[in-house]
Amino acid sequence: MTSSGILQILLFFALILVCTKPLGAFMTKVFDGERTFLHPVLRWLEVLTYKSIGVQEQVEQRWTQYTGALLSFSIFGFLLVYFIQRAQGFLPFNPQGFNAGNVSPDLAFNTSTSFITNTNWQSYSGESTISYFVQMAALTVQNFASAAAGIAVAIALIRGFVRQEKKTIGNFWVDVTRATVYILLPISIVAALLFCSMGVIQNLKPYTALVTLEGAKQVIAQGPVASQEAIKMLGTNGGGFFNANSAHPFENPTPLSNLLQMFLIFLIPAGLTYTFGRMVKDTRQGWAIFAAFSVMFFAGVIAVYHFEQGGNPILSKLGIQSAPTAGQAGGNMEGKEVRFGIANSALFATITTDASCGAVNAMHDSFTPIGGLVPLFNIMTGEVIFGGVGAGLYGILLYCILAVFIAGLMVGRTPEYLGKKIEQKEVKMAMLAIIATALSILVFSAISTVIQFPVKGYWNPPGPAIANMNNSGPHGFGEILYAYVSSTGNNGSAFAGINANTPWYNLTLGLAQLIGRFLFLIPLLAAAGSLAVKKKIPSTAGTFPTHGPLFVGLLVGTVLIVGALTFFPAIALGPVVEHYLMNSGKLFSTIFTLPTSIWS
Amino acid sequence: MWQQILPGIRIKIFMTVVLGILYPLAITGISQMLFPHQANGSLVTVGGKVVGSELIGQNFAKPEYFQPRPSAAGNDGYDPTASGGSNYGPTSQKLVDRVKASIDKFRKDNPDYTGPIPADLVTASGSGLDPDISPDSAAAQTARVAKARGVSADQLSKLVAQFTEAPDLGLLGEPRVNVLKLNLALDEQFPRQ
Repeated sequence: MTSSGILQILLFFALILVCTKPLGAFMTKVFDGERTFLHPVLRWLEVLTYKSIGVQEQVEQRWTQYTGALLSFSIFGFLLVYFIQRAQGFLPFNPQGFNAGNVSPDLAFNTSTSFITNTNWQSYSGESTISYFVQMAALTVQNFASAAAGIAVAIALIRGFVRQEKKTIGNFWVDVTRATVYILLPISIVAALLFCSMGVIQNLKPYTALVTLEGAKQVIAQGPVASQEAIKMLGTNGGGFFNANSAHPFENPTPLSNLLQMFLIFLIPAGLTYTFGRMVKDTRQGWAIFAAFSVMFFAGVIAVYHFEQGGNPILSKLGIQSAPTAGQAGGNMEGKEVRFGIANSALFATITTDASCGAVNAMHDSFTPIGGLVPLFNIMTGEVIFGGVGAGLYGILLYCILAVFIAGLMVGRTPEYLGKKIEQKEVKMAMLAIIATALSILVFSAISTVIQFPVKGYWNPPGPAIANMNNSGPHGFGEILYAYVSSTGNNGSAFAGINANTPWYNLTLGLAQLIGRFLFLIPLLAAAGSLAVKKKIPSTAGTFPTHGPLFVGLLVGTVLIVGALTFFPAIALGPVVEHYLMNSGKLFSTIFTLPTSIWS
Repeated sequence: MWQQILPGIRIKIFMTVVLGILYPLAITGISQMLFPHQANGSLVTVGGKVVGSELIGQNFAKPEYFQPRPSAAGNDGYDPTASGGSNYGPTSQKLVDRVKASIDKFRKDNPDYTGPIPADLVTASGSGLDPDISPDSAAAQTARVAKARGVSADQLSKLVAQFTEAPDLGLLGEPRVNVLKLNLALDEQFPRQ
C-alpha cells in the first residue's frame, strides 16, 4: 500500500462525510413535502407528474396499498423493458441495426428483471446487443425508477418507526416522484455534463470505423453514454453502457471521473443515514448507523487493497515487478487499468459491492482470492455497508431490528428500537427476508454446480452448467457463487468470465433477482405497517440506547455473524481454499472449451 | 388493487418520455455544444483522417512504435465492439501461459532492457482498451524504439517524459503514458528514414 493510495481513500471518505448532512437534511425536507431551494425550478414537474398519472398528493396509503403500488410500478417497468428490447429492430436511434435476433426471450427476461430490481446484472454486451433507444428509453428510465423505488421504501420504513397509531405509511407515487424530480434528476444532469467534460461520450452517431496508425481496421463504439453513466452511479444501478462497464475509457476516462463515480455511489446512501436521524428526531441514531457503515467500509477496503497490492505470487516468480515504484503500480494488474492502478481499483471494488451498485472499473474475476472474497462477502451481508440507494438503509434497519432482538434475548427484556416495541411480527418479517435471500443464493448455486444438460440443447448449449465457467477449480465455483450472490443481492457485478447468457442462467438468475428484491421489500413494508400502528413507549433507565458505540459494535457483529455463519461453508470451498492453493503455486486448466467470454 | 394499476401504466409512459427521451436528448444537445470533442469520442485526426481516439487503445506490433498492454477485447485485441478483460483468475493455467509468452516475447524484442518487467506491461486490462502504459513500461521499450528509428535513447526518454501524465490534481490515479499520443509524436518528430 502506498501513502498516496491511502490518501486517496481518505479523500474519498472525507467528501462523503462532508456531504452527508446537507444532502440528508435536503432529502428530509423533500420527503416531508416542505419547500426546498429547488421548488421554484422543479415544482411544476412534480405537479405535472401527479396530473399525468392521476394521483392526489395528499392521499396516503396503508402498507398493503403501498406494496401494491410498488408491484404495479415494477411490473409495468418489466413489461416495457422487455418489449422495447424485443422490438428494437422497429424503433429509432438504432444505427447499428440491432434487432430481436440479438436479444433472445430469455435474455430479454433477465435484463428486464435485472433493471427493475436495481440489480443491473448483464448477460449481454451493450455494444454488440442493444440499440441506443433501448439504452435510453428502457434502461436509463429503469435506472431512475428502481432507484426512486428503493428510496421510497426506505422512507416508508422510517415513517413506520416515526408514526404512532397510524395506519398509513405515505404515498408510493408521491415518494417516487419526489425522489426522481428533486434528487435523482438534478444531480444526474450536473453529473452527466461533468462526465462529458472529462471525456465520457454523448452522441447518437453510428460506430466510427477508422484505420489505425499501423494500418489495421478499428471500429469504435459510440452512444449516449454520459446521460446513463450519471444515473447508473447515482442510483447505485451499475449496469454498464459497454461490456467493460466503468473500466471502459468512454465510461470512465480519467482518475477524476473515477472519483466522481465513486462519490456518486455513496452519496445518497450516506445522506439517507442523516435523513433517517432527522426523521426520527434524533440525529445520533443516524450517525450510529453511519459509523457502523464506516467501520465495515474501511475494513473491506484495507483488505482488498492489501491483497491486490501484494499481487499474485505465481506471476511474481516469473520476473514481474510486483512492488509499487514511482513509475508503475505493481501488484495484481490483470484486469485493471493503468490510470486507476491498484488503489483506485481496490477502492472502487469495495464501494460498488458495499453499495448495491455493481459497476466495476476492474475485473473482479481476476482479483486475488481474498481481494475477490471481500466484494463477495460485502454483497452477502445484504449490501448494508452504505448500501444501495434506499436499499442500504432499509437493509441495515432490518439488522437493527435483529440486533435489538438479540440484545433483548440476552437481558430478558422486550426489545425496543426508537421507542417501538419489536415483537414477533417484526422479527419474523426480518428473518423471512434474510432466509429467503440466503436460500436463493445457496440453492441456486448448489444446483448449478451439479446440474447436467445435453450439449447444444436449449437450456444450456455448453452442456452441464459448470461448462459455462471461464476458470476451473475453486475459482470456477467462485464464478457460479458470485453470480447468484450478485443477482440475489441485486448488485450486478460479476466474476464475469462465466457465460451467463443461456436460458438456464438467464432464468435462474432472473428469479434470484426477483426473490432478492421483493422477498426483501415486502416483509419490510409489512413490518413498517405494523410498526406505524404501535404507540411509542417512553425510554427508561432500562432502555438499551441505540446511538452509542456499544450498539454500533452489536450491529456490526450482527451483520458479520449472520453473513458469515450463513455463507461460511460456501466461501471456504471457493476463495479461501483458492488463497492457499495460489500461495502453494497450484494452477488449474479449464476443462471445457468455452465460447468467447462476455461481461455478464 | 385497480387503483394502483392505472398510475403504474401512466407513470411508466411519463417517465419514458421525460427520463428516457427528453433527458438524454437534452444532455446530448448541451454536450454537443459545450464539449463536442469529448462527446464524440475524443477522436484524433491526422491529415484529415481519423486515426483513433485518445481514450481508446490500439494495437502496435512494429518495433518502431511503443507497444500497449496485452488486450482481451475481441479475437485480435483492442476491439472496441467487444470490450472486456480476460477474466482469468489468479490460479488459471491460461493466465500463466499467456503472461509467460508475453514475457518471452518482450525479452526477445528488448534485449537491451534487463530490469524487472512492470506488471502492467504483461497483464491484460479490464476494458481491453486501456490507452495507457505506465512510465516504467515506456522506459523499458525506449532502447528498442530508439534503435528502430535510428535516434538516441536520450532523445526518446525526453519525449516519454514529456508525454507522461501526472496523477490528476497531483494525487488521483497513477502516472501514465498515452501510447497513441506518444506514437503520433514519434512519427512527427522522428520519422523513420
